[in-house]
Amino acid sequence: MKKVKQFFSLFLNDGHLTWLFILPSALLLALFVLPLFAVFLRAIDVNFFQNAFSAQAIKALQLSLLTSSVTTMITILLGTPFAYILARWSFRFKSWVELFIDLPIVLPPSVAGLALLIAFGRRGLFGSVLSVLGISLPFTSAAVVLAQTFVAAPLYMRSARIGFAHIEKQLEEAARVEGANQWQLFYEVMFPLAGRALFSGAILTWTRALGEFGATILFAGNLEGVTQTMPMAIYLGFERNLGIALALSVVLVIVSVFLLMLTRRLEKQGQD
Amino acid sequence: MKRFPYLSLFFVLLCVRCAPAVTTTTAPKPRTLNVFAAASLTDAFTEIDEKFEAANPGITVTFNFAGSQALRTQIEEGAPADIFASANQKEMDTLITGAFIAQDVSQFFLTNKLVVILPADNPAALEKLEDLAKPGIKLVIAADEVPVGRYARQTLDQMNGPFGSNFKDKVLANVVSNEDNVKQVVAKVQLGEADAGIVYTSDAVAAPDLKTIEIPAELNMIAKYPIAPLANSANADLAATFIDYVLSSEGQAILQKWGFAPTK
Repeated sequence: MKKVKQFFSLFLNDGHLTWLFILPSALLLALFVLPLFAVFLRAIDVNFFQNAFSAQAIKALQLSLLTSSVTTMITILLGTPFAYILARWSFRFKSWVELFIDLPIVLPPSVAGLALLIAFGRRGLFGSVLSVLGISLPFTSAAVVLAQTFVAAPLYMRSARIGFAHIEKQLEEAARVEGANQWQLFYEVMFPLAGRALFSGAILTWTRALGEFGATILFAGNLEGVTQTMPMAIYLGFERNLGIALALSVVLVIVSVFLLMLTRRLEKQGQD
Repeated sequence: MKRFPYLSLFFVLLCVRCAPAVTTTTAPKPRTLNVFAAASLTDAFTEIDEKFEAANPGITVTFNFAGSQALRTQIEEGAPADIFASANQKEMDTLITGAFIAQDVSQFFLTNKLVVILPADNPAALEKLEDLAKPGIKLVIAADEVPVGRYARQTLDQMNGPFGSNFKDKVLANVVSNEDNVKQVVAKVQLGEADAGIVYTSDAVAAPDLKTIEIPAELNMIAKYPIAPLANSANADLAATFIDYVLSSEGQAILQKWGFAPTK
């Protein structure tokens, strides 16, 4: 018993106590950093540029940039008014609506992909309606966008909702007194005030869309130039050409780091 | 400080609880065999396993079914496999070259061939092999690096003879997705998302609800499946027992039931 006490008291003077914080943190940080370090180390060799600029890699990069940009635009167009409603209006079942918007954040992407296929596939619940309109979604770039929007849009919604909610009620009332209508209130008061939150939310959505894999492979399939995004090329490259997979991983990491730095900067500016 | 007595009490209880369990066990130690097998073997090996585990109590077989090329990569990166069953010799050779598998231990245990599968209601009204080149049909095959994807492209090469020299190009233009393993191809056709897929005959047997178009022998590819124990397996004896069972008449009968052919 005494020995146990002695053992633990080792940690209880202040000098050692700091290690109780540093050691676990260092372990976790190592888990985050070491794998990325390994990827960089193995990717950067004489063939790096040849791999990064191979036809397959360029096609995947182009498709990823295109689809994720479209996803972000759709998200902003539809998500901004929706987030505004959720932040400023009150109505019945609002908490249920909020729950369904947050759900895709925690749902495994494979569930998202399967659900999209079962709903919007050719034989899906709404497939026959779509086919009457001459639309067939699976195996198209549109399916990639749909999968990305399903998975990534909630991040924008979250950020935008918080941005709108933080605007003080007095400002809204003042604008009303000045005679602003609903649209003017939104466009001239709320939109600029929440701008930073909207922008950082949009970048988060864009980053997440760039990385989408699980829902896409199930719903959109894999075809070079049509549905083969960067994460897909990385997954298949792992089995055929590790060089391309590693080069693309490095590109994706660098893009993500850049975008995250941008959002952090915006958040900092917002606090000042 | 007050908490520590409870903490040590907890450890004491923990030791009291586990000690007898370790010392009084008399049954043979349960063992696990990790089998990495081509996705096309899913149904057949699952049934073989039922019989094998019934005959060998205390042994659990854990399967990792995926495209042979994916399994090969996993083994190269250090995944703990005891047995590798591949759908082609290429992946096996790569592992032998890398010294993951010893020379001369790999043996062929079955053959498979290709067939075209269609959804039950055949939405694109395909009736013969030539129809695969009909513009606009949705064809799903496996990616080039997957054994069945490679075989499919080879059989299309063969078809260039009777059906015209650009037949393969026309068919490949209809491909809407290159899937990661053969079961994904079957799933896309079963869901009706694809009009046709090229898979193994064994997959068609495992999915009796699908329609098929046979590929004549002179145009078809014979896929020979090799099986081998891993060189650094800690369960070499078990691995040998399992491989013997797969090669036994009982094991071969199960494989034939699922649409595979013996190697002869």
